[in-house]
Amino acid sequence: MEKQCRKESYMGILNQYDNEMQLEFDSRSENESFARTVVAAFASQLNPTLEEIADIKTAVSEAVTNSIIHGYEGKDGKIRIHCYIIGNEIGIDIKDNGVGIENVKQAMEPLYTTRPDLERSGMGFAFMQTFMDELQVESKVKEGTLIRMKKKIQTT
Amino acid sequence: MGKNDDITWMQKESREQAEFFVKDNTLVIQFNQDVDHHNAIWIREQADHLLEVRNVKNIIFDFSRVTFMDSSGIGIIMGRYKKVIFIGGKIAVCGVCDTINRILSLSGLYKIMECYPNVEEALKSV
Repeated sequence: MEKQCRKESYMGILNQYDNEMQLEFDSRSENESFARTVVAAFASQLNPTLEEIADIKTAVSEAVTNSIIHGYEGKDGKIRIHCYIIGNEIGIDIKDNGVGIENVKQAMEPLYTTRPDLERSGMGFAFMQTFMDELQVESKVKEGTLIRMKKKIQTT
Repeated sequence: MGKNDDITWMQKESREQAEFFVKDNTLVIQFNQDVDHHNAIWIREQADHLLEVRNVKNIIFDFSRVTFMDSSGIGIIMGRYKKVIFIGGKIAVCGVCDTINRILSLSGLYKIMECYPNVEEALKSV
């Protein structure tokens, strides 16, 4: 019932989402576990199965790790996560202002990696694609990358 | 360690991320925390150090204490596999939960290694 009547904000504008949250943190590897845990906790209000939670955690972990290693190349920067819920769907946008991806299509090919020295497996995008229902990658060289993912949580 | 005197525990003070022990010529890596990029860096360094100083031929990755792994874990396994394959060594995993099992299957790693229920079984088979 409450899903039909979205709350009106104090400005009188209808909220676009049933619920949303934003998170900004430094591009440090110790924040990877923090980021996926927060997103999983936010997603838990949709009563996902353990498998769906694991899917979301893996996808977030891959995207955040990409931003840290490739986007910011290990240097300091901010990573922003915007999560929203519409009905039984969760949307997760992960944004960095790093170097960007020159060839998104190539980057998304399974097993393609630019950092074999770090033992990156080249499976990051493949996992995001497999574990989420929708994946969009918007990237501009020298400006950054925005990963947009969506997943429907099956209601029983 | 009692009857396991032949097992040498390494890095006892650094158990937060992972524990390592060498039995005969098999290195067992027991993950204690989510296997992600952050933990992978340290685990890789420790494992490679042991590979160099301890005549290691086979490696067993023990996942019995963890429930999360991302593609960084695949990097750890593949990287170590490339090192031991040249000396005729084997790798194996054990104690794998459903979520990690899915990642391992998806990545095709079961083509190069076996999965065992626990370390004891894995040690018997390598």
